[in-house]
Amino acid sequence: MKMSDSAIVATGIGKTFNGNTDNAVVALDGIDLTVEPGEFVSLIGPSGCGKSTMLRVFGDLISPTEGTVEVFGKSAAQARLDRDYGMAFQKAGLFDWRKVSANIELPLELAGWSKDRRSYRSAEMLSLVKLQEFADHYPWQLSGGMQQRVAIARALSFEPKLLLMDEPFGALDEMTREHMQVELLRIYEQLGTTVVFVTHSIPEAAFLSDRVVVLSPRPGRIHSIIDVDLGKRDENTRESAEFFAMTTEVREALRSVEAMS
Amino acid sequence: MTAVARLGRSLPTRDGVRRSLRGAVAGLVALAGVVAVWEGYKWMGGHTDDHWPGTSFGLPVRTNDLVMPHANEIWGSLWDPVQRGRSQTLAGFLFQSARFTFSEAALGFVIGTIIGLALAVLMLRFSTAERGLMPWINISQTVPLIALAPIIVTWGRGTALSDTQAVSIIATYLTFFPVAVNALQGLQSPDQADLELMRSYASPWRHTLWKLRVPAARPYLFPAFKLAATLSVVGAIVGEISAGVKGGLGRAVLNFATIYSTGPEKLYASVLAAALLGLFVFALVSIVERFVDRNQIHNSNGSSGAGA
Amino acid sequence: MKSRLAPIWPPIVVGVLFMALWEGMVRLLDVKEFLLPKPSSIVQAVGDQWTPLRIAGWETGKTAVVGLLIGVIAGALLALVVSRFGWLRGSVTPLAVALNATPIIALAPIFNAWFGITDFRSNAAVVIVVVFFPVFINTGKGLSEVEPNQIELMRSLAASETTVLRMVRIPNALPFFLTSLRLAAPLSVIAAIVAEYFGGPQNRLGPFITQNASFSRYANAWAAIVVASAIGLALFAASALVEKLAMPWKRPESITA
Repeated sequence: MKMSDSAIVATGIGKTFNGNTDNAVVALDGIDLTVEPGEFVSLIGPSGCGKSTMLRVFGDLISPTEGTVEVFGKSAAQARLDRDYGMAFQKAGLFDWRKVSANIELPLELAGWSKDRRSYRSAEMLSLVKLQEFADHYPWQLSGGMQQRVAIARALSFEPKLLLMDEPFGALDEMTREHMQVELLRIYEQLGTTVVFVTHSIPEAAFLSDRVVVLSPRPGRIHSIIDVDLGKRDENTRESAEFFAMTTEVREALRSVEAMS
Repeated sequence: MTAVARLGRSLPTRDGVRRSLRGAVAGLVALAGVVAVWEGYKWMGGHTDDHWPGTSFGLPVRTNDLVMPHANEIWGSLWDPVQRGRSQTLAGFLFQSARFTFSEAALGFVIGTIIGLALAVLMLRFSTAERGLMPWINISQTVPLIALAPIIVTWGRGTALSDTQAVSIIATYLTFFPVAVNALQGLQSPDQADLELMRSYASPWRHTLWKLRVPAARPYLFPAFKLAATLSVVGAIVGEISAGVKGGLGRAVLNFATIYSTGPEKLYASVLAAALLGLFVFALVSIVERFVDRNQIHNSNGSSGAGA
Repeated sequence: MKSRLAPIWPPIVVGVLFMALWEGMVRLLDVKEFLLPKPSSIVQAVGDQWTPLRIAGWETGKTAVVGLLIGVIAGALLALVVSRFGWLRGSVTPLAVALNATPIIALAPIFNAWFGITDFRSNAAVVIVVVFFPVFINTGKGLSEVEPNQIELMRSLAASETTVLRMVRIPNALPFFLTSLRLAAPLSVIAAIVAEYFGGPQNRLGPFITQNASFSRYANAWAAIVVASAIGLALFAASALVEKLAMPWKRPESITA
């Protein structure tokens, strides 16, 4: 029975690198996960647990050695060809030779939008990430946090149904990071996309997510899934007892993962 | 992914053997390809009277046996006497010439490397020296001082230098540049944090140089040494040619060029010998690099926490 | 920004000091002109020999520029072709690195045999081959060493390999290509002169140097070297200018450095 209205349905995903050789590495094993439309799901776990690999399997950048991934009722490959994915990485990965606006317009160019529509949209996205006055700057003229905001604007510019983020705030300082989290939530609520978010940070996962998927390493397996309901979040949320309780729960789960390995 | 990379690195020797094996096979395949293209082009020209098939456009290079001898004739000529009436084969003669050129190049390489390293340290120590010297070091490479070869040799004759030592000076001139530039870049490569750490130990400049900067410069140095080694061969060959120094490969190429019409394959053989000498010095430096790398790995395994 | 305003005086001081020292030592120690001419005699020789030097410089410069242009274009184009086909990249690149390690200049007599000793193509061919390898290797590096995330991003947007080449790899390779151009420019003059040592028309800088050296007219030979350096510097400056103009997105100091 197919739940074609789910955003992601992953069934029995396994991924082995260098299969059939002496240094084969099992990165993922027996992953079952369903993500509903509009949901914000974080993947967290110690390094080497395969969370980045999992994200890439969802995005059809890596094909699994076992199991299937369905995205909005289609194969992941089809979803990619339909441009259902927006991606952002730890490195902003902006193109040095494109101005900020042109960086944001890149996905639109690939999708064949007209010039007018593109510049209209990039202006919209720039105001969404509060960088209106930087449209004509080159990436090197922006700070790390600003570059990351441009990268997010780029990922969202074409309103992809699914946003895949690989530690996008990992290289930012703590204050910038918290700002970016609030901004991401604001944009996410405004656009109503689905997000899969890889992170190392316990408070980040607890603050952002509807569900936190805790992974254990070697081979990467789902250890537990924690439901989070902090309601409407803002800077005050970080000091609330509920938030503290959530981070504690995620931390406990990660500790038991560590104890296992 | 990182785990995979780490696993791969823990087997340096086997990986190294496999890589050199693959390199050797690739080299042979490439050689076979070149021979095939050579003979194919020659065959085509022979059938179309040196025109592109079906057109009236002439081929850029004529294909008769004088301009393009058969590959097997070039190979065969290696085992013929180098000159009528002499017992030495061409191969033996070329080997002897290559050794001669190699000794000139090696001297130039050693001196050039020392000068290059000294300049790098000088520029590292005194930033004014860097700002003053660097532009000139750059400009020095736009000066075709290689054109000075004849002068340098005459110069050598006026002093106590032998002709071959004068050729080595030319090799030195080509060698010092990549070493100086890359060494400076490498010595400046450690992070500010590491430098500050050394500073907090009150480490004298000399120690910081040896314990931090020189190890950090290693990845920059070997590419420069490789380039310098090949350039030293170029310098030696060009020096021999322009200065008329006897005994080396440069002279051999020039000689066989003048008697080209009576034995074209000899010129080709001598040019190939020059190419092999270039590859040889390149390989020599690569072997040293691998050797140093392996020792380095043992060292850092032996003493834990040497990552400062 | 600061480094753009870096004081220009240190190189000038070093240059002037060097020249003064040279001139002074030669005068003071009474070094014979055949060993080392004074800078002032070299300057004078440039004036005296201006007509032959101008003609020779023009001819050699022409060989260098034509060879440079063809070699650079060929190197960049082949790098593009090779980057498009993975199996080619795996086999051609090591071959190019190996060939780059050989004294290519020794090919000069072979080109003489191919094209004729007085043919313009013989010397230009040497320049082409000498220039080709650094451009090919560097450009190829720029085409393949793209940030993996950028490739992943393009893939996630269902971009074709050709689009990735056009929108990511080529712009990414541009700085590498332009650096190699800057390296290749002075190299082209040197290659042209060395090729001329192997024979060919006499009204070139190479023969001018050897002839004057063999008649012990060293100041004249040095004068030819000054002309050759001027050509090399001009080509170097031109490529540095192209570098600056072609990449308006580069932060200023990263080019001047």
